[in-house]
Amino acid sequence: MSGHTDMVLVNDEGLRIDGRTAEEKRPIKIEAGVLSNADGSAYLEIGKNKVLAAVYGPRECHPRHLQDPTKAIIQCKYNMEAFSVSDRKRPGPDRRSIEISKIIAEALEKVVLTELFPRASIDVYIEILQANAGTRCAGLTAASVALADAGIPMRDIIPAIAAGKADDHVLLDLNKEEDNFGQADVPLAIVPSTDEIVLLQMDGNMTREEFDHAIDLAYKACHEVYDVQKEALKKRYTSMKEEVDSDE
Amino acid sequence: MEKRSARPAREIVVPGDLLDDSGMNAGNNTYVLDGNVYASVLGVKNIFQNNVNVIPLGGCYMPSTGDTVLGVIIDIGPSNWLVDINAPYPAPLHVNEVPWKVEFGDTSRYLNLGNVVMLKVLMVDESKKIQVTMKDSGLRRIEGGQIVEIPHSKVSRIIGKSGSMIQMIKNLTDCRIFVGQNGRIWVDGDDENTDVAVAAIKMIEANAQSSNLTEKVKEFIENKLPQVADEDDNGEE
Repeated sequence: MSGHTDMVLVNDEGLRIDGRTAEEKRPIKIEAGVLSNADGSAYLEIGKNKVLAAVYGPRECHPRHLQDPTKAIIQCKYNMEAFSVSDRKRPGPDRRSIEISKIIAEALEKVVLTELFPRASIDVYIEILQANAGTRCAGLTAASVALADAGIPMRDIIPAIAAGKADDHVLLDLNKEEDNFGQADVPLAIVPSTDEIVLLQMDGNMTREEFDHAIDLAYKACHEVYDVQKEALKKRYTSMKEEVDSDE
Repeated sequence: MEKRSARPAREIVVPGDLLDDSGMNAGNNTYVLDGNVYASVLGVKNIFQNNVNVIPLGGCYMPSTGDTVLGVIIDIGPSNWLVDINAPYPAPLHVNEVPWKVEFGDTSRYLNLGNVVMLKVLMVDESKKIQVTMKDSGLRRIEGGQIVEIPHSKVSRIIGKSGSMIQMIKNLTDCRIFVGQNGRIWVDGDDENTDVAVAAIKMIEANAQSSNLTEKVKEFIENKLPQVADEDDNGEE
């Protein structure tokens, strides 16, 4: 956001440095159930981002003082690997990852039917293996697939994607260069069935019109991501789907 | 589970999928929003009479009243034991709920850490506090044999239609088998047969989605234990 560059982020033809148009997201790939020791898991790639999410639970909540007698709590840990960025990232929680863990947990809390599991905790671990801007959205997208894979009851699956502004153009799904040298970044996560917003942040400056346009782009893209998420979950079972009926 | 007979390929649904907008009753693992029924878990859509529900493909075991389960003693108190029944919540077993007269503080003489017990879920209240009992016919401490753990969503597959699968395994392997609702299965018999029965259970777990499983499992066991197959053919049917 703050950096300056002579780089042309959007050329005269309206194409970006990776060849996308302003309203195009990066190619996305999701696979559910990749880890056998976790109750649920998902692996996601969007552009150069690589994210692994694992879910445990519902299980007994430790430490005990965090227990809520009316509902389950969701504990989320977002972690960037030391090798996820080009300058080695100092390992361990920092201000940024604590914030992201918190907002992702709060977004997930809105869809998980936590009241079914009083006093329990559902633990979500998000590991960023490779980062290229937009990892909080990628992490949340992967985490909600992992939750569904764990068989946890939820109202819907959450897709998330960012929109932003760079070179005075409103762009969908910023990449690293656009994020670093751009003017604004707006990550958005929604509940697709009701179009409720569960995560919305903004870094940088935009006019009201630009913001509305960015949100429109992100909404549309979220619905596309949602289809990919559903596909990933169904694929896990359809590959071995003959029919169950005959001898049951 | 037994009520389902042959019907067209069933649909896999994910949380948030619309199941019905024509006013059917919402069954298990669904929720209602604006009069429409939606799925709340990843599973298979199932319509039964006027109910629409979802049979989950995964998820943790949630105890419900009347389940018989296999538990492992994980802690001992002066007047109770704490039992792990594979649920998200601990299940205390009080001395009043065992078939023996236990003096205060004498609990470890009857059941010790790591012992496996057959239990019945007496009650689960709305805050998910569990009460279990051993005071019912057939409930006891388990000695010998092997314990196999499978996901609880596949228990109905192990049992089969009105017990056909489990009965077949029992007959062919000559093992005593008990299937707990929580996905723990106890198998006891002579060593070779037990191993085959366990292998068969693992096979069912791995192939839970495939059709005609009873036949396949029968074949599988007969391959492993040819002599049993012969006896069985002459003997029973």
